[in-house]
Amino acid sequence: MAHRFRSLILVLGLLLGAAQAGETLLVASTTSTEQSGLFGWLLPKFEQATGIKVRVVAVGTGQALDIGRRGDADALLVHDHAAEESFVAEGFGSYRKDVMYNDFVLIGPRSDAAGVRAAANASSALRAIARSGLPFVSRGDRSGTHTAELRLWKDSGVDPKTLAGYKETGSGMGPTLNMAAATGAYTLSDRATWFAFRNRRDLDVLRAGDPLLFNPYGVIPVNRARHPHVKKEAAERFAQWLTAPTGQQAIASFRADGQQVFFPNAKK
Amino acid sequence: MNMRHRNSAWLIALTVFGSAGYLLLADCDPRLLEIVGLSLFVSLSALCIGTLLGLPLGAWLAVSRFPGRTALVVALNALMGLPSVVVGVLVYLALSRSGPLGSFGLLYSPTAMVIAQSALVLPLIAAVARQIIEDAWQEYAPEFSLIGIGRLHAVGLLLADCRFSLTVATLAGLGRAMSEVGAVMIVGGNIEGYTRVMTTAIALETSKGDLALSILLGCVLMTIILGLNVIAHALRTWASRRYG
Repeated sequence: MAHRFRSLILVLGLLLGAAQAGETLLVASTTSTEQSGLFGWLLPKFEQATGIKVRVVAVGTGQALDIGRRGDADALLVHDHAAEESFVAEGFGSYRKDVMYNDFVLIGPRSDAAGVRAAANASSALRAIARSGLPFVSRGDRSGTHTAELRLWKDSGVDPKTLAGYKETGSGMGPTLNMAAATGAYTLSDRATWFAFRNRRDLDVLRAGDPLLFNPYGVIPVNRARHPHVKKEAAERFAQWLTAPTGQQAIASFRADGQQVFFPNAKK
Repeated sequence: MNMRHRNSAWLIALTVFGSAGYLLLADCDPRLLEIVGLSLFVSLSALCIGTLLGLPLGAWLAVSRFPGRTALVVALNALMGLPSVVVGVLVYLALSRSGPLGSFGLLYSPTAMVIAQSALVLPLIAAVARQIIEDAWQEYAPEFSLIGIGRLHAVGLLLADCRFSLTVATLAGLGRAMSEVGAVMIVGGNIEGYTRVMTTAIALETSKGDLALSILLGCVLMTIILGLNVIAHALRTWASRRYG
Protein backbone atom coordinates (compact mmCIF):
# COMPACT_ATOMS: atom_id res chain seq x y z
CA MET A 1 0.00 0.00 0.00
CA ALA A 2 2.76 2.42 0.99
CA HIS A 3 4.61 2.02 -2.30
CA ARG A 4 1.38 2.22 -4.29
CA PHE A 5 0.61 5.50 -2.58
CA ARG A 6 4.09 6.76 -3.35
CA SER A 7 3.74 5.87 -7.01
CA LEU A 8 0.43 7.75 -7.11
CA ILE A 9 2.20 10.84 -5.80
CA LEU A 10 4.97 10.26 -8.32
CA VAL A 11 2.54 10.02 -11.23
CA LEU A 12 0.76 13.18 -10.11
CA GLY A 13 4.11 14.90 -9.75
CA LEU A 14 5.09 13.89 -13.28
CA LEU A 15 1.77 15.16 -14.63
CA LEU A 16 2.39 18.49 -12.97
CA GLY A 17 5.92 18.52 -14.30
CA ALA A 18 4.66 17.88 -17.82
CA ALA A 19 2.22 20.74 -17.48
CA GLN A 20 5.15 22.98 -16.62
CA ALA A 21 7.02 22.26 -19.87
CA GLY A 22 7.07 25.03 -22.51
CA GLU A 23 7.14 28.76 -21.97
CA THR A 24 4.60 30.17 -19.55
CA LEU A 25 3.55 33.72 -18.87
CA LEU A 26 1.89 34.89 -15.67
CA VAL A 27 -0.76 37.57 -16.20
CA ALA A 28 -2.46 39.32 -13.30
CA SER A 29 -5.87 40.47 -14.41
CA THR A 30 -9.35 41.27 -13.20
CA THR A 31 -12.23 39.05 -12.22
CA SER A 32 -14.34 40.56 -15.04
CA THR A 33 -12.06 39.22 -17.81
CA GLU A 34 -11.70 35.78 -16.18
CA GLN A 35 -15.25 35.18 -14.96
CA SER A 36 -16.94 36.36 -18.16
CA GLY A 37 -14.98 33.63 -19.98
CA LEU A 38 -12.95 36.06 -22.14
CA PHE A 39 -9.62 34.46 -21.21
CA GLY A 40 -10.99 31.00 -21.89
CA TRP A 41 -11.78 32.29 -25.40
CA LEU A 42 -8.58 34.30 -26.09
CA LEU A 43 -5.78 32.30 -24.49
CA PRO A 44 -6.02 29.10 -26.59
CA LYS A 45 -5.79 31.32 -29.71
CA PHE A 46 -2.77 33.14 -28.30
CA GLU A 47 -1.10 29.86 -27.30
CA GLN A 48 -1.69 28.44 -30.78
CA ALA A 49 -0.16 31.53 -32.42
CA THR A 50 2.88 31.86 -30.16
CA GLY A 51 3.34 28.61 -28.23
CA ILE A 52 3.22 30.61 -24.99
CA LYS A 53 0.99 29.26 -22.24
CA VAL A 54 -0.66 31.99 -20.18
CA ARG A 55 -1.58 31.55 -16.51
CA VAL A 56 -4.06 34.05 -15.18
CA VAL A 57 -4.40 35.20 -11.59
CA ALA A 58 -7.76 36.97 -11.48
CA VAL A 59 -8.10 39.58 -8.72
CA GLY A 60 -9.30 43.18 -8.40
CA THR A 61 -7.37 45.81 -10.40
CA GLY A 62 -5.84 47.28 -7.22
CA GLN A 63 -4.47 43.91 -6.17
CA ALA A 64 -3.34 43.09 -9.73
CA LEU A 65 -1.30 46.32 -9.82
CA ASP A 66 0.16 45.38 -6.43
CA ILE A 67 1.14 41.91 -7.71
CA GLY A 68 2.87 43.63 -10.64
CA ARG A 69 4.61 46.09 -8.32
CA ARG A 70 6.06 43.17 -6.31
CA GLY A 71 7.25 41.50 -9.51
CA ASP A 72 5.00 38.46 -9.14
CA ALA A 73 3.45 38.77 -12.63
CA ASP A 74 4.92 39.29 -16.11
CA ALA A 75 2.06 41.34 -17.55
CA LEU A 76 -1.18 42.99 -16.43
CA LEU A 77 -4.56 43.42 -18.12
CA VAL A 78 -6.56 45.77 -15.92
CA HIS A 79 -9.11 48.60 -15.93
CA ASP A 80 -8.21 51.69 -13.94
CA HIS A 81 -6.69 54.15 -16.41
CA ALA A 82 -5.35 56.67 -13.89
CA ALA A 83 -3.76 53.99 -11.68
CA GLU A 84 -2.29 52.25 -14.75
CA GLU A 85 -0.64 55.49 -15.93
CA SER A 86 0.96 56.03 -12.52
CA PHE A 87 2.08 52.37 -12.43
CA VAL A 88 4.02 52.99 -15.67
CA ALA A 89 5.21 56.45 -14.52
CA GLU A 90 6.65 54.90 -11.33
CA GLY A 91 8.72 52.57 -13.53
CA PHE A 92 6.93 49.31 -12.66
CA GLY A 93 5.50 48.90 -16.16
CA SER A 94 7.32 49.29 -19.51
CA TYR A 95 4.33 50.92 -21.22
CA ARG A 96 0.53 50.82 -21.33
CA LYS A 97 -1.57 50.09 -24.41
CA ASP A 98 -5.31 50.42 -24.95
CA VAL A 99 -6.85 46.99 -25.59
CA MET A 100 -10.63 47.20 -25.34
CA TYR A 101 -13.46 48.70 -23.38
CA ASN A 102 -16.78 47.67 -22.00
CA ASP A 103 -19.10 49.64 -19.82
CA PHE A 104 -20.38 49.66 -16.32
CA VAL A 105 -24.05 49.05 -15.77
CA LEU A 106 -26.20 50.20 -12.86
CA ILE A 107 -27.94 47.13 -11.45
CA GLY A 108 -30.94 47.18 -9.16
CA PRO A 109 -34.32 45.61 -8.35
CA ARG A 110 -36.73 45.56 -11.31
CA SER A 111 -39.27 47.61 -9.35
CA ASP A 112 -36.69 50.48 -9.22
CA ALA A 113 -38.32 52.36 -6.36
CA ALA A 114 -35.50 54.95 -6.41
CA GLY A 115 -36.21 55.92 -10.02
CA VAL A 116 -32.80 55.17 -11.53
CA ARG A 117 -34.26 54.52 -14.99
CA ALA A 118 -35.90 57.94 -15.07
CA ALA A 119 -32.80 59.90 -13.98
CA ALA A 120 -31.09 62.21 -16.48
CA ASN A 121 -27.66 60.54 -16.23
CA ALA A 122 -25.63 58.10 -14.12
CA SER A 123 -24.63 60.60 -11.43
CA SER A 124 -28.17 61.90 -10.96
CA ALA A 125 -29.23 58.24 -10.76
CA LEU A 126 -26.88 57.86 -7.76
CA ARG A 127 -28.40 61.01 -6.24
CA ALA A 128 -31.84 59.38 -6.65
CA ILE A 129 -30.63 56.23 -4.83
CA ALA A 130 -29.17 58.41 -2.04
CA ARG A 131 -32.45 60.33 -1.68
CA SER A 132 -34.52 57.13 -1.58
CA GLY A 133 -32.49 55.66 1.30
CA LEU A 134 -32.55 52.26 -0.45
CA PRO A 135 -29.56 49.91 -0.05
CA PHE A 136 -26.51 50.17 -2.33
CA VAL A 137 -23.70 47.60 -2.14
CA SER A 138 -20.20 48.66 -3.09
CA ARG A 139 -17.15 46.50 -3.89
CA GLY A 140 -15.03 48.46 -1.41
CA ASP A 141 -11.90 46.59 -2.56
CA ARG A 142 -9.83 49.16 -4.55
CA SER A 143 -10.79 47.34 -7.77
CA GLY A 144 -11.29 49.11 -11.08
CA THR A 145 -15.06 48.93 -10.60
CA HIS A 146 -14.78 50.32 -7.07
CA THR A 147 -12.66 53.30 -8.22
CA ALA A 148 -15.13 53.98 -11.04
CA GLU A 149 -18.01 53.86 -8.56
CA LEU A 150 -16.24 56.32 -6.24
CA ARG A 151 -15.60 58.67 -9.19
CA LEU A 152 -19.31 58.51 -9.99
CA TRP A 153 -20.29 59.32 -6.39
CA LYS A 154 -17.85 62.26 -6.41
CA ASP A 155 -19.46 63.45 -9.63
CA SER A 156 -22.90 63.23 -8.04
CA GLY A 157 -21.84 65.35 -5.07
CA VAL A 158 -22.98 62.74 -2.54
CA ASP A 159 -20.63 61.27 0.06
CA PRO A 160 -21.71 57.60 0.11
CA LYS A 161 -20.19 57.05 3.56
CA THR A 162 -22.96 59.24 5.01
CA LEU A 163 -25.71 56.98 3.60
CA ALA A 164 -27.35 54.45 5.91
CA GLY A 165 -28.06 52.05 3.04
CA TYR A 166 -24.45 52.05 1.71
CA LYS A 167 -22.53 48.79 2.41
CA GLU A 168 -19.01 47.84 1.35
CA THR A 169 -18.61 44.10 0.74
CA GLY A 170 -14.81 44.21 0.44
CA SER A 171 -14.95 41.41 -2.12
CA GLY A 172 -15.14 40.65 -5.82
CA MET A 173 -17.88 41.52 -8.30
CA GLY A 174 -19.57 38.10 -8.01
CA PRO A 175 -19.94 38.07 -4.19
CA THR A 176 -21.13 41.70 -4.38
CA LEU A 177 -23.80 40.77 -6.96
CA ASN A 178 -24.81 37.79 -4.79
CA MET A 179 -25.31 40.20 -1.89
CA ALA A 180 -27.26 42.68 -4.03
CA ALA A 181 -29.47 39.83 -5.29
CA ALA A 182 -30.15 38.61 -1.77
CA THR A 183 -30.96 42.04 -0.31
CA GLY A 184 -32.58 43.73 -3.31
CA ALA A 185 -29.87 46.41 -3.38
CA TYR A 186 -28.49 48.64 -6.14
CA THR A 187 -24.89 48.16 -7.29
CA LEU A 188 -22.45 49.05 -10.05
CA SER A 189 -21.10 46.16 -12.15
CA ASP A 190 -19.08 45.77 -15.30
CA ARG A 191 -21.19 44.50 -18.17
CA ALA A 192 -19.17 41.31 -18.76
CA THR A 193 -19.46 39.95 -15.21
CA TRP A 194 -23.17 40.81 -15.12
CA PHE A 195 -23.94 38.88 -18.32
CA ALA A 196 -21.98 35.85 -17.10
CA PHE A 197 -23.63 36.01 -13.66
CA ARG A 198 -26.23 33.31 -12.95
CA ASN A 199 -27.84 34.19 -9.60
CA ARG A 200 -29.71 37.35 -10.71
CA ARG A 201 -33.02 36.82 -8.89
CA ASP A 202 -34.93 40.12 -9.09
CA LEU A 203 -32.02 42.24 -10.37
CA ASP A 204 -31.84 43.84 -13.78
CA VAL A 205 -29.82 46.39 -15.72
CA LEU A 206 -31.39 49.77 -15.00
CA ARG A 207 -28.87 52.02 -16.77
CA ALA A 208 -26.30 51.40 -19.47
CA GLY A 209 -24.54 53.21 -22.29
CA ASP A 210 -23.90 56.41 -20.31
CA PRO A 211 -20.59 58.14 -21.24
CA LEU A 212 -19.87 58.34 -17.49
CA LEU A 213 -19.94 54.52 -17.39
CA PHE A 214 -17.17 53.97 -19.96
CA ASN A 215 -14.70 51.27 -18.80
CA PRO A 216 -11.39 51.00 -20.70
CA TYR A 217 -8.92 48.10 -20.28
CA GLY A 218 -5.16 48.39 -20.80
CA VAL A 219 -2.28 45.91 -21.07
CA ILE A 220 1.05 46.57 -19.33
CA PRO A 221 4.21 44.43 -19.52
CA VAL A 222 5.99 44.56 -16.16
CA ASN A 223 9.30 46.43 -16.45
CA ARG A 224 12.37 44.19 -16.50
CA ALA A 225 14.53 47.11 -15.34
CA ARG A 226 12.64 46.88 -12.03
CA HIS A 227 12.25 43.09 -11.83
CA PRO A 228 15.05 41.27 -13.77
CA HIS A 229 13.34 37.83 -13.74
CA VAL A 230 10.29 39.09 -15.68
CA LYS A 231 9.66 37.29 -19.00
CA LYS A 232 9.99 40.44 -21.08
CA GLU A 233 9.77 38.94 -24.61
CA ALA A 234 6.72 36.78 -23.83
CA ALA A 235 4.99 39.66 -22.03
CA GLU A 236 5.57 42.01 -24.97
CA ARG A 237 4.32 39.41 -27.45
CA PHE A 238 1.18 39.13 -25.34
CA ALA A 239 0.68 42.91 -25.42
CA GLN A 240 1.36 43.02 -29.17
CA TRP A 241 -0.97 40.12 -29.97
CA LEU A 242 -3.84 41.61 -27.97
CA THR A 243 -3.53 44.96 -29.74
CA ALA A 244 -2.82 43.54 -33.25
CA PRO A 245 -5.69 42.79 -35.71
CA THR A 246 -5.84 39.05 -34.80
CA GLY A 247 -6.22 39.70 -31.09
CA GLN A 248 -8.62 42.58 -31.64
CA GLN A 249 -10.83 40.41 -33.85
CA ALA A 250 -10.76 37.62 -31.28
CA ILE A 251 -11.96 40.09 -28.62
CA ALA A 252 -14.74 41.38 -30.89
CA SER A 253 -16.01 37.86 -31.62
CA PHE A 254 -16.30 36.88 -27.93
CA ARG A 255 -19.86 36.45 -26.63
CA ALA A 256 -21.11 36.14 -23.04
CA ASP A 257 -24.72 34.99 -22.79
CA GLY A 258 -25.08 35.72 -26.54
CA GLN A 259 -23.92 39.33 -26.19
CA GLN A 260 -20.78 41.19 -27.20
CA VAL A 261 -19.40 42.54 -23.93
CA PHE A 262 -15.89 43.72 -24.87
CA PHE A 263 -15.15 46.17 -27.70
CA PRO A 264 -11.60 46.33 -29.08
CA ASN A 265 -10.11 49.84 -29.21
CA ALA A 266 -6.34 49.49 -29.70
CA LYS A 267 -4.74 52.42 -31.51
CA LYS A 268 -3.54 51.52 -34.98
CA MET B 1 -19.04 -13.12 12.62
CA ASN B 2 -19.47 -9.63 13.92
CA MET B 3 -16.21 -8.69 12.22
CA ARG B 4 -17.33 -10.08 8.90
CA HIS B 5 -20.54 -8.06 9.08
CA ARG B 6 -18.64 -4.93 9.78
CA ASN B 7 -16.31 -5.59 6.89
CA SER B 8 -19.14 -6.01 4.42
CA ALA B 9 -20.68 -2.79 5.74
CA TRP B 10 -17.46 -1.01 4.90
CA LEU B 11 -17.34 -2.60 1.52
CA ILE B 12 -20.86 -1.39 0.79
CA ALA B 13 -20.05 2.11 2.03
CA LEU B 14 -16.96 2.20 -0.17
CA THR B 15 -18.87 1.05 -3.22
CA VAL B 16 -21.69 3.52 -2.67
CA PHE B 17 -19.47 6.52 -2.19
CA GLY B 18 -17.03 5.38 -4.84
CA SER B 19 -19.74 5.10 -7.45
CA ALA B 20 -21.46 8.32 -6.32
CA GLY B 21 -18.15 10.11 -6.70
CA TYR B 22 -17.54 8.45 -10.06
CA LEU B 23 -20.96 9.44 -11.38
CA LEU B 24 -20.51 13.03 -10.29
CA LEU B 25 -17.06 13.16 -11.83
CA ALA B 26 -18.00 11.47 -15.10
CA ASP B 27 -21.01 13.73 -15.49
CA CYS B 28 -18.96 16.90 -15.33
CA ASP B 29 -16.16 18.49 -17.26
CA PRO B 30 -13.05 16.26 -17.60
CA ARG B 31 -11.10 19.22 -16.21
CA LEU B 32 -12.80 18.41 -12.91
CA LEU B 33 -10.66 15.27 -12.64
CA GLU B 34 -7.55 17.40 -12.94
CA ILE B 35 -8.83 19.69 -10.16
CA VAL B 36 -9.62 16.69 -7.93
CA GLY B 37 -6.17 15.23 -8.67
CA LEU B 38 -4.44 18.47 -7.73
CA SER B 39 -6.50 18.78 -4.54
CA LEU B 40 -5.42 15.28 -3.51
CA PHE B 41 -1.80 15.87 -4.52
CA VAL B 42 -1.48 19.16 -2.61
CA SER B 43 -3.34 18.09 0.54
CA LEU B 44 -1.81 14.60 0.80
CA SER B 45 1.71 15.99 0.25
CA ALA B 46 1.09 18.59 2.96
CA LEU B 47 -0.32 15.84 5.18
CA CYS B 48 2.81 13.68 4.71
CA ILE B 49 5.08 16.60 5.62
CA GLY B 50 2.86 17.63 8.53
CA THR B 51 2.70 14.05 9.87
CA LEU B 52 6.41 13.32 9.49
CA LEU B 53 7.33 16.49 11.38
CA GLY B 54 4.28 16.87 13.60
CA LEU B 55 4.18 13.43 15.25
CA PRO B 56 7.82 13.48 16.48
CA LEU B 57 7.41 17.10 17.55
CA GLY B 58 4.26 16.28 19.52
CA ALA B 59 5.87 13.18 21.06
CA TRP B 60 8.99 15.08 22.04
CA LEU B 61 6.92 17.81 23.66
CA ALA B 62 4.87 15.16 25.51
CA VAL B 63 7.86 13.58 27.27
CA SER B 64 10.14 16.58 27.81
CA ARG B 65 10.15 18.83 30.83
CA PHE B 66 11.82 22.22 30.55
CA PRO B 67 11.06 25.79 31.67
CA GLY B 68 8.47 27.41 29.42
CA ARG B 69 7.07 24.05 28.28
CA THR B 70 3.54 24.86 29.44
CA ALA B 71 3.61 28.11 27.49
CA LEU B 72 4.78 26.20 24.42
CA VAL B 73 1.98 23.63 24.80
CA VAL B 74 -0.63 26.40 25.11
CA ALA B 75 0.85 28.20 22.10
CA LEU B 76 0.78 24.98 20.06
CA ASN B 77 -2.85 24.37 21.02
CA ALA B 78 -3.68 27.94 20.02
CA LEU B 79 -2.04 27.36 16.62
CA MET B 80 -4.74 24.76 15.90
CA GLY B 81 -6.91 27.83 15.34
CA LEU B 82 -4.41 29.47 13.00
CA PRO B 83 -6.51 31.21 10.30
CA SER B 84 -5.66 29.80 6.89
CA VAL B 85 -5.81 33.25 5.32
CA VAL B 86 -3.08 34.46 7.71
CA VAL B 87 -0.87 31.52 6.70
CA GLY B 88 -1.66 32.41 3.09
CA VAL B 89 -0.53 36.01 3.47
CA LEU B 90 2.65 35.05 5.40
CA VAL B 91 3.65 32.42 2.81
CA TYR B 92 2.75 34.88 0.04
CA LEU B 93 5.04 37.56 1.53
CA ALA B 94 7.86 35.01 1.96
CA LEU B 95 7.61 33.57 -1.57
CA SER B 96 6.84 36.81 -3.45
CA ARG B 97 9.59 38.03 -5.78
CA SER B 98 10.05 40.95 -3.39
CA GLY B 99 10.18 38.60 -0.36
CA PRO B 100 13.08 36.69 1.25
CA LEU B 101 12.53 33.48 -0.77
CA GLY B 102 11.52 35.29 -3.98
CA SER B 103 14.49 34.07 -6.03
CA PHE B 104 13.04 30.53 -6.11
CA GLY B 105 10.04 31.79 -8.08
CA LEU B 106 7.65 29.49 -6.20
CA LEU B 107 4.64 31.80 -5.83
CA TYR B 108 1.52 30.75 -7.78
CA SER B 109 2.64 27.10 -8.04
CA PRO B 110 1.45 23.81 -6.49
CA THR B 111 4.68 23.79 -4.43
CA ALA B 112 3.66 27.06 -2.77
CA MET B 113 0.28 25.49 -1.94
CA VAL B 114 1.95 22.44 -0.36
CA ILE B 115 4.16 24.73 1.76
CA ALA B 116 1.17 26.76 2.97
CA GLN B 117 -0.95 23.71 3.82
CA SER B 118 1.99 22.02 5.58
CA ALA B 119 2.32 25.08 7.80
CA LEU B 120 -1.40 24.80 8.53
CA VAL B 121 -1.59 21.10 9.42
CA LEU B 122 1.74 20.71 11.24
CA PRO B 123 0.70 22.49 14.47
CA LEU B 124 -2.68 20.73 14.43
CA ILE B 125 -1.11 17.25 14.14
CA ALA B 126 1.59 18.08 16.70
CA ALA B 127 -0.93 19.40 19.23
CA VAL B 128 -3.27 16.40 18.99
CA ALA B 129 -0.31 13.96 19.06
CA ARG B 130 1.13 15.73 22.11
CA GLN B 131 -2.07 15.15 24.09
CA ILE B 132 -2.45 11.49 23.05
CA ILE B 133 1.18 10.64 23.79
CA GLU B 134 1.29 12.56 27.05
CA ASP B 135 -1.67 10.51 28.33
CA ALA B 136 0.12 7.28 27.41
CA TRP B 137 3.40 8.58 28.86
CA GLN B 138 1.82 9.22 32.24
CA GLU B 139 0.62 5.64 32.26
CA TYR B 140 3.98 4.09 31.32
CA ALA B 141 6.46 6.56 32.86
CA PRO B 142 7.07 4.56 36.09
CA GLU B 143 7.76 1.34 34.18
CA PHE B 144 9.99 3.12 31.68
CA SER B 145 12.10 4.62 34.47
CA LEU B 146 12.19 1.25 36.22
CA ILE B 147 13.77 -0.50 33.24
CA GLY B 148 15.88 2.58 32.51
CA ILE B 149 14.50 3.66 29.14
CA GLY B 150 15.71 7.11 28.02
CA ARG B 151 13.52 9.92 26.71
CA LEU B 152 14.49 9.47 23.07
CA HIS B 153 13.83 5.74 23.17
CA ALA B 154 10.53 6.40 24.96
CA VAL B 155 9.42 8.75 22.15
CA GLY B 156 9.87 5.94 19.64
CA LEU B 157 8.11 3.36 21.82
CA LEU B 158 5.17 5.67 22.56
CA LEU B 159 4.73 6.63 18.89
CA ALA B 160 4.63 2.94 17.98
CA ASP B 161 2.31 2.05 20.83
CA CYS B 162 -0.16 4.88 20.15
CA ARG B 163 -0.10 4.45 16.38
CA PHE B 164 -3.81 3.66 16.15
CA SER B 165 -4.95 6.60 18.28
CA LEU B 166 -2.58 8.85 16.34
CA THR B 167 -4.53 8.28 13.12
CA VAL B 168 -7.02 10.77 14.59
CA ALA B 169 -4.31 13.46 14.51
CA THR B 170 -3.57 12.65 10.88
CA LEU B 171 -7.25 12.58 9.90
CA ALA B 172 -7.78 15.96 11.57
CA GLY B 173 -4.88 17.26 9.49
CA LEU B 174 -6.39 15.76 6.35
CA GLY B 175 -9.72 17.45 6.99
CA ARG B 176 -8.06 20.79 7.61
CA ALA B 177 -5.94 20.58 4.46
CA MET B 178 -8.67 19.38 2.10
CA SER B 179 -11.22 21.93 3.29
CA GLU B 180 -9.22 25.15 3.57
CA VAL B 181 -9.51 27.79 0.87
CA GLY B 182 -7.88 30.92 2.30
CA ALA B 183 -4.25 29.87 1.97
CA VAL B 184 -4.31 28.08 -1.41
CA MET B 185 -6.29 30.94 -2.97
CA ILE B 186 -3.61 33.48 -2.03
CA VAL B 187 -0.44 31.50 -2.74
CA GLY B 188 -1.81 29.45 -5.65
CA GLY B 189 -3.81 32.19 -7.37
CA ASN B 190 -6.58 29.79 -8.51
CA ILE B 191 -5.00 29.53 -12.00
CA GLU B 192 -7.09 27.38 -14.32
CA GLY B 193 -5.40 24.09 -15.20
CA TYR B 194 -2.47 24.76 -12.87
CA THR B 195 -3.32 25.76 -9.30
CA ARG B 196 -7.11 25.43 -9.20
CA VAL B 197 -8.25 22.99 -6.49
CA MET B 198 -11.69 21.92 -5.29
CA THR B 199 -12.13 24.65 -2.68
CA THR B 200 -10.97 27.51 -4.91
CA ALA B 201 -13.16 26.19 -7.74
CA ILE B 202 -16.15 26.24 -5.36
CA ALA B 203 -15.32 29.82 -4.33
CA LEU B 204 -15.05 30.81 -8.01
CA GLU B 205 -18.38 29.25 -9.01
CA THR B 206 -20.06 30.91 -6.03
CA SER B 207 -18.76 34.30 -7.14
CA LYS B 208 -20.02 33.59 -10.67
CA GLY B 209 -23.44 33.08 -9.12
CA ASP B 210 -23.58 29.43 -10.20
CA LEU B 211 -24.70 28.18 -6.80
CA ALA B 212 -25.93 24.82 -8.12
CA LEU B 213 -22.49 23.96 -9.50
CA SER B 214 -20.89 25.12 -6.21
CA ILE B 215 -23.07 22.72 -4.25
CA LEU B 216 -22.32 19.91 -6.70
CA LEU B 217 -18.57 20.50 -6.35
CA GLY B 218 -19.05 20.65 -2.58
CA CYS B 219 -20.71 17.21 -2.70
CA VAL B 220 -17.82 15.81 -4.74
CA LEU B 221 -15.34 17.22 -2.20
CA MET B 222 -17.29 15.82 0.75
CA THR B 223 -17.48 12.42 -0.95
CA ILE B 224 -13.70 12.43 -1.44
CA ILE B 225 -13.05 13.39 2.20
CA LEU B 226 -15.52 10.75 3.36
CA GLY B 227 -13.92 8.18 1.05
CA LEU B 228 -10.45 8.94 2.45
CA ASN B 229 -11.79 8.55 5.98
CA VAL B 230 -13.46 5.25 5.10
CA ILE B 231 -10.16 3.98 3.65
CA ALA B 232 -8.27 5.16 6.74
CA HIS B 233 -10.75 3.46 9.04
CA ALA B 234 -10.70 0.22 7.05
CA LEU B 235 -6.89 0.20 7.10
CA ARG B 236 -6.89 0.82 10.81
CA THR B 237 -9.37 -1.95 11.51
CA TRP B 238 -7.42 -4.35 9.32
CA ALA B 239 -4.06 -3.43 10.88
CA SER B 240 -5.29 -3.58 14.45
CA ARG B 241 -6.65 -7.08 13.83
CA ARG B 242 -3.47 -8.20 12.20
CA TYR B 243 -0.86 -6.45 14.37
CA GLY B 244 -2.90 -5.08 17.29
